[in-house]
Amino acid sequence: MSQATQSATVKAESNPFLHDQRKRRIVGDVLSHLLLVVLAVIWIIPIAWVVMESFNANPGPYNPSFFPEEYTLDNYIQLFTDTHILNFPKMFMHTFIIAVISCLINVFFVLCVAFSMSRLRFRFRKSFMNVVLVLGMFPNIMSVVVIYFILKSLGLTQGIGVTVALILVYSAGAGAGFYVMKGYMDTIPMSLDEAAALDGCTRWQTFRLIILPVCKPMLVYQALTAFLGPWLDFVMAKAICRTQDNYTVALGLYQMLSREYLNSWFARFAAAAVIIAIPIAILTIVMQRYYQEAMSGAVKG
Amino acid sequence: MEATVSPRPAKRGLIRRKTDYIPPSRYTLRAAAKDGDALTRLSFLILGAGNLARKQIVKGLLFLAVEIAYIVYMATVGVGSLGTLVSLGSRTQTRQKIDGYWYYDAGDNSVLLLTAGVATVFITVLFVVFWSYAVRSAHKAQVLQRETGAVPTLLDDWRNLTDRNAQVSMMFLPVVGILVFTVLPTLIMICIAFTSYDSDHVLLFDWVGFKNFGSLFAETGAVTANQFVRVLGWTLIWAIFATFLNFFFGLFLAMIINRKTTRFKGMWRSIFSLSMAVPQFVSLLAINQMLQPEGAINSTLESWGWITEPLPFFTDPTWARVTVIVVNLWIGIPFTIMQITGILQNIPADQYEAARIDGANWWQTFTRITMPYLVFVLTPYLITTFTGNVNNFNVIYLLSGGNPTAVGDTAGSTDLLITWLYKLTVDRGDYNLGGVIGIFTFVVLAIVSLITYRSSGSYKNEGGFR
Repeated sequence: MSQATQSATVKAESNPFLHDQRKRRIVGDVLSHLLLVVLAVIWIIPIAWVVMESFNANPGPYNPSFFPEEYTLDNYIQLFTDTHILNFPKMFMHTFIIAVISCLINVFFVLCVAFSMSRLRFRFRKSFMNVVLVLGMFPNIMSVVVIYFILKSLGLTQGIGVTVALILVYSAGAGAGFYVMKGYMDTIPMSLDEAAALDGCTRWQTFRLIILPVCKPMLVYQALTAFLGPWLDFVMAKAICRTQDNYTVALGLYQMLSREYLNSWFARFAAAAVIIAIPIAILTIVMQRYYQEAMSGAVKG
Repeated sequence: MEATVSPRPAKRGLIRRKTDYIPPSRYTLRAAAKDGDALTRLSFLILGAGNLARKQIVKGLLFLAVEIAYIVYMATVGVGSLGTLVSLGSRTQTRQKIDGYWYYDAGDNSVLLLTAGVATVFITVLFVVFWSYAVRSAHKAQVLQRETGAVPTLLDDWRNLTDRNAQVSMMFLPVVGILVFTVLPTLIMICIAFTSYDSDHVLLFDWVGFKNFGSLFAETGAVTANQFVRVLGWTLIWAIFATFLNFFFGLFLAMIINRKTTRFKGMWRSIFSLSMAVPQFVSLLAINQMLQPEGAINSTLESWGWITEPLPFFTDPTWARVTVIVVNLWIGIPFTIMQITGILQNIPADQYEAARIDGANWWQTFTRITMPYLVFVLTPYLITTFTGNVNNFNVIYLLSGGNPTAVGDTAGSTDLLITWLYKLTVDRGDYNLGGVIGIFTFVVLAIVSLITYRSSGSYKNEGGFR
């Protein structure tokens, strides 16, 4: 792509009309805005399509026209009232509880490990980082089945145990995902820690009173990522939830598109997708703002 | 970021590197054996003896309790499960009729035996680490009493945990979590790669050594040499395309949006972030529906009269491969835009100013200032994206499902190693082959990342941005 732009520049220099800088810029502006409009349409169409389908009066997936011909609110109403086949409200609450608890544990673990890696110096620090790096290269799908065996031997595959199992699976290994947070903490000047130590803070106090407040943008980013995990994860949940009464939202949505449900559930799938996508979209936008704030170096030493 | 141009960080980097060095501890097992007194040596057998004698009552009792717990565990369960780890069980499922009712004896389940056995080995290793810590602690108590006349009390130890040894209290729970939910499953799966645990041996299986690895070069079976090479090649092609196309298109778009004269910058950015905000499995499943033979795209194109028969998005191998790469652009470019926008804004403006005064044109500025900066900052990001793409289960599984699959093959044309692994284990129950594929995925990733990561600036110069 950059090559194309280069040749455009070269051509511009040889052409007397485009040599004029003002005109050249106008041509560039028109072209780039045109490109942006075309791409924006491509980016919006699939999303708009799902939203429109969620109001489709015809519940099946294949319609003669691109956008539905008749609109209705029935899909949303049925999603919440017709709960004897797939209980969407229950799935939603189940996922919500799992997300909140695993988010708390996850953030705590990541903060602790990142702080230790970034601010403390001890034996095995480098080795720990290398081990985690190597572990991360094993495909996580590989351990999905085995994690189910382990949970089974711990007795966590029935009833309420499934909820506990999901929470554990989403949060217990979180400490390995410390890299981004550590990178952020690395940008905080060590002089803050030294000053705190001089004032008599212990390391835990430094962590709690000095570093945590400074890390706020990254903290919010981490919390939101952790919160969204259970909503978006599909593989782990599928391996662990073997019965429909403890499905998470992602599994429920996937189920709606399976062959025996598809024809009567497609429109409701779209409705459910819209319902969960709205809060997630809001959270993601908030998250990005904090992420960009963190990345643009908000720390003033 | 301004810090990078000031002279301070360089100096700080030097100091930090010095403080990074930690001299080896003087309390080692060898030292404890050599100049420890009777009590310290007794601690080799009875953990905590040395600590108890030197009035570290709670600590000593704790060590002792852990040792007793370990011995009890080994005596009741551990030794047995180590034994079955070797044989992996032999009793088959039986039933017998007593008083007109069938009574079932479940027999041995090799997977559970294997899990328990590996867990026992794991616990033993942890105990050895703990044992060495306890012995060194006894030696330390002896040395401190000799040199300072007083050993640290429980309160001192507690204070240490919140201050000088904060890493212990901070890392304990996360490390336990990583050990149980990441390390242990990985170890067990590696073990399974050396057994005959497949769809024909569901309950009872045996160790078979490297036989499963041989199947990667076999002519027939669930995994054949032909399929393996094809899937491996496609995985690499996919990862390279998905990573670099996303990066360059994302960079191009980010720069267009960042142009001084582009209007409505915020609006464009939010439009492109929309696809990021929609949960990935929702957008993937929706696009999958749109691209079906009778789906929205095909039926619309047909009604416009542009095509006479449906485009084979997921039915023709080449079409399917191009489709997943293009759809992945739709998903991935917004992430790149978000990453790069932040970094572009961070490039010190005075560098561009200086380049402009020196008469550099747009292309020179781009290759001499923008790209080197981006490459320095983004190398780790590119590597993680690459490994993420090799392991990109969601996009393939939800979008194409690995299809189209030729009759008799276990891997489809768009299957990556990771989705193939999933199909082999979850759908077919050939866990041993899944383990083999997993190990190979690891090897591929490890080679790629080690080469690039170790030579990247951000690894060598860890504190470079401080």
